[in-house]
Amino acid sequence: MDGAHDMGGAPWSGPVQAEPNEPPFHAEWERRAFAITLAMGMPGGWNIDMSRFAREDRPAQDYLSKSYYEIWLAAVERLMLERHLIERDEIAAGRSLRQAKPVARILKLDDVAAMLHRGRPTEREANCPARYAVGDHVRAKVMHPPTHTRLPRYVRGHRGTIARVIGFHVFPDSNASGAGEAPQWLYNVTFNGTELWGKDCDPGLEISVDAWESYLEPA
Amino acid sequence: MTNPPHDHHDHSHSELSGTELRVRALETVLTEKGYVDPAALDLLIETYETKVGPRNGARVVARAWVDPAYRARLLTDATPAIAELGFAGRQGEHIVAVENTIDVHNMVVCTLCSCYPWPVLGLPPVWYKSAPYRAKAVKDPRGVLADFGFELPKGTKIRVWDSTSEIRYFVLPMRPKGAEGWSEERLAEIVTRDSMIGTGLPKVPHEAA
Repeated sequence: MDGAHDMGGAPWSGPVQAEPNEPPFHAEWERRAFAITLAMGMPGGWNIDMSRFAREDRPAQDYLSKSYYEIWLAAVERLMLERHLIERDEIAAGRSLRQAKPVARILKLDDVAAMLHRGRPTEREANCPARYAVGDHVRAKVMHPPTHTRLPRYVRGHRGTIARVIGFHVFPDSNASGAGEAPQWLYNVTFNGTELWGKDCDPGLEISVDAWESYLEPA
Repeated sequence: MTNPPHDHHDHSHSELSGTELRVRALETVLTEKGYVDPAALDLLIETYETKVGPRNGARVVARAWVDPAYRARLLTDATPAIAELGFAGRQGEHIVAVENTIDVHNMVVCTLCSCYPWPVLGLPPVWYKSAPYRAKAVKDPRGVLADFGFELPKGTKIRVWDSTSEIRYFVLPMRPKGAEGWSEERLAEIVTRDSMIGTGLPKVPHEAA
């Protein structure tokens, strides 16, 4: 979807401000919100693309005014509310007011290390040949789906070159909507800075994105 | 997105306590319903506060600096090479290491969210997730480097990697001069987090010594 999360090249950004010796978290609630988000993936049954969509699918003002973990919190609440794992009145009351919905499994203490170590690999066995090869010229399609996509706006319509055929990976646009993994070939595609930003751009700048096959057309 | 809560202006105190209360309420509901095990939450937090962080990545870089065969494995297929040192898993299922040279400097960003190679670098810092970095890195990376207080030679090409898929990019910085004959452990000390993102360089050896 087109939204405030798609920030590449946005002109209003200002300087990058690093915090010396920054801790992983800045408040106790950030720790808990982070852990709840990681732990609820198992009983909740959603995937990472659904989580990303729940974070980005909000008005620009909301996205831009919330801190990072405020967005995580809002997204995990939304995912749980959508599935009726909890209800709003329960958050307000601070206690469970209904019986729990049955869930497949929950993350127990003893499973944490294995769950983190396993991760969630997204590469799948290919069921078709790759359409593009290294060196091929391609154009990122012009598209504005209202749903989740991982093709940033700043490359749409621009011509690039296949730098690497990465593999056959779960397609987020499909996976985010619950329509299945629908894996596709994934490529690393490079763009010249001048192609994206015009002649005043540093001529030595090259930018790459990872793009699924259906994001691309021959050029 | 905004800076962390402690950087908010005055009205943030009530917001902060509101959020704090809301998260507590949520955790209580989830615990009562049996969806979360609070001890598992504690372990998740402890893991990313104490075990998984940029010292992991620094060990990978130091190994690559002293062991050419390891460096070759890392650049060919980083995920198993990194797993050799015991680092693997969530948000690092498919890692690619990109090498800085005299001619090319690499920088990693995620313009769409906050993708970052957790097993080697830990959780991303606030600036990495912030609007300024996500907006600027792909358009004006030299401006980003200036914000970090350094400059690359004019002729150096810059390659920016926007992490739009589940591939996680990780920069192998150049080994600085002046650290010849150093042990792997000592070299790891001069590898900074930012040098593995591409927004910084390793520490200068005579300053670290």
